[in-house]
Amino acid sequence: MKWIRRSDCREQCSALPADHGNGVVPLSALKPGERGVVSQVLCGRNLLCRMATLGFTPGAEVMMVQNYGRGPLIAQVRGARIALGRGEAGKVQVRRET
Amino acid sequence: MRSDRIPLVALAGQPNVGKSTVFNLLTGLSQHVGNWPGKTIERREGTFICDGRVYRLVDLPGTYSLTANSAEEVIAREFIVREKPDVVVALVDAAILERSLYLVAELVSLPAPVIVGLNMMDVAHQEGLEIDVQKLEAALGVRVVPMSAAHNVGVRELVEAVDQAVRGEYLYAPRRPAIRADHAEVLAEIERLVSPWTPSPYPPHWVALKLLEGDEEITRLMQAHLPAEQWETVHKILKAHEDALVAVASGRYEWIRQVIRAAVSRPRRGQISLTERLDRWAAHPFWGLVILAGILGLAFWLTYTVGLPLVDLLDAHILQPLAGLSRAGLEPISPWLAGLVADGLIGGGGFMLTFLPILVIFFAIMGILEDVGYMARAAYVMDGLMHPMGLHGKSFLPLFLGFGCNVPAVLGTRVIESRRARLLTALLAPLIPCTARMTVVAFLTPIFFGAAATWVSWGVVLLSLVVLAASGMVISRVFLRGERAAFIMELPLYHIPNPRTIGLFVWQRTAEFLRKAVTVILPVSLLVWALSVLPGGTMENSYLAWLGYRLEPLGRLMGLDWRLVVALLSSFIAKENAIATLGVVMGTGEDAGLARLLAQAYPPATGLAFLAVQVLFIPCVATVAALRQEVGWRWTLFNLGFQLTVAVVVGAAVYWLARLGGL
Repeated sequence: MKWIRRSDCREQCSALPADHGNGVVPLSALKPGERGVVSQVLCGRNLLCRMATLGFTPGAEVMMVQNYGRGPLIAQVRGARIALGRGEAGKVQVRRET
Repeated sequence: MRSDRIPLVALAGQPNVGKSTVFNLLTGLSQHVGNWPGKTIERREGTFICDGRVYRLVDLPGTYSLTANSAEEVIAREFIVREKPDVVVALVDAAILERSLYLVAELVSLPAPVIVGLNMMDVAHQEGLEIDVQKLEAALGVRVVPMSAAHNVGVRELVEAVDQAVRGEYLYAPRRPAIRADHAEVLAEIERLVSPWTPSPYPPHWVALKLLEGDEEITRLMQAHLPAEQWETVHKILKAHEDALVAVASGRYEWIRQVIRAAVSRPRRGQISLTERLDRWAAHPFWGLVILAGILGLAFWLTYTVGLPLVDLLDAHILQPLAGLSRAGLEPISPWLAGLVADGLIGGGGFMLTFLPILVIFFAIMGILEDVGYMARAAYVMDGLMHPMGLHGKSFLPLFLGFGCNVPAVLGTRVIESRRARLLTALLAPLIPCTARMTVVAFLTPIFFGAAATWVSWGVVLLSLVVLAASGMVISRVFLRGERAAFIMELPLYHIPNPRTIGLFVWQRTAEFLRKAVTVILPVSLLVWALSVLPGGTMENSYLAWLGYRLEPLGRLMGLDWRLVVALLSSFIAKENAIATLGVVMGTGEDAGLARLLAQAYPPATGLAFLAVQVLFIPCVATVAALRQEVGWRWTLFNLGFQLTVAVVVGAAVYWLARLGGL
């Protein structure tokens, strides 16, 4: 995994297609009740560090708790419920669990 | 243990693990609240006794980790490294064991022995988690004490464990987390390079780990201690492994996974908890806002219906007799002294104190909402509405406090991580109409608007909120440009509020306010009282009146004459002073007489403009002092200039629009 400078990060995130075909999607694409496994987090060092501390590290299992398609969302990771801005959730790449 | 001093115990833990409940249970009223040196972060310390031995207990700031992301994290780890506590009690939440062990994974890499307090066992049990404490102890290599602090279960056992450790009967042999395998070599290499230069008391292995995590403080420290060439080598390795922090964090979570696999049996999947059911409403984008509005309405209703009569009672039965008594007693000795005590001391400072009931009630409601876990939901549903101001949901929490009093609102901005968002929130907080301002509004609206008073009051509140939103948009786009900080926050499980925790929350906030009242408000209200009677002894010929006359041309823009300008000026000390000053300049000390005089002297348009200016005008002295402490002089002056400009512009607009509307 590579961390990317803030400016690059934005483009990366917005340029991401909804699905790479291999089941990897931004966290914000999960529907409530859907589960996934974090594959990587694409963002600047500070945010990356906070995300990793809260449990968003590669391999972590996440479950979407609330996602209305706009505004912030709630995801469960490592047993805790974390509220994330949509932008922040877009930076977490997850492999959808079927 | 060093026998020459009182044993020192540090209490560590992530936010929402019940740390303050445990701290309060252990230390009770022996606790002392201050600030960490050079920081505006609260430092709580107290003592407890076990078997006749006295212990010092220091409450470390609640942090998720110990990397230098925030001042709190630096404080917590510097304390452990430098003050060398005899024991660190790490509190974890049994219901969120996986995440809350993360801090323990960091703590066991530091030299001080750790005891884990496994709190919220009752909640974990309700959630269907089975935790085998002995297996957990074996897997961690750390003493674990199961507890439910909210029900006072396990606290005694925790103290006994601490006592044993201090007596040297604790074999501390923690199993430490390893970095993810692909970075093990790099870590070893860095440790080898920095080891000879690592200043005591930092452990070299830990320093190497922090360097790989990109910790700014430790990076600076080692850059200063390593010879330039050596640093160059280290720096190159670090640059090539900028993603290492993920490997470090993954290593810690892998360590946790092994611990949990050994000690915890997983609950059934798909079980719907109480928190989930409540959040379907409380965190819903629409219903969440409706619920929030309902709770806010109820909070204000309670505050004012219970609080205002109490304020009147205090004023009528304590302050006024006290002022009368001191006047009668001192007048024969010196009229000057009588004025100083009755008008300056009791009139200015005392008036602030009668606000205590309102503040106490408001803080109690806030404390309950916070302890139940609701405040995080309020921040979550408000997130969208905060975006246009360049802020996110977390900023809502201190702003909400501002409805009680702006001082704790400004101080409360500390919960916000990003510097920019913290500054912006602190600059906006004084625009929230506080209880003191609302008292003035409540007094004046019936005089000018009779039956429509309630509507006008709501209008004034709405006006200040609109101005707040507009100011946020302007300041964040013009003066404080930058990216909106990331919104990430934990939504804790709901739980039954603990009266002790809430009681202490109220006590601490109130004490903070009282300290400000005595140290700042009292001296300044004496100063303004002096300005209002010097040099001639009457208000009409005083320095304050002189200033009022000078500023009258500006006041005219808003339909205000010198008397109203003086009332505004005096509200700088404390907002509710405006009424007392009006009484003085209108030549009546009695409320009913004042109401009649005001209604005769001014048209409603002037009354409306005065109300608008009064809520938007520069914050009171106590808030200014808090601002200076939190954001420094430069931004405080900016805030004063900004609010003054806004108040004049909006005041003038309100006045002329009202005139056009025929008021």
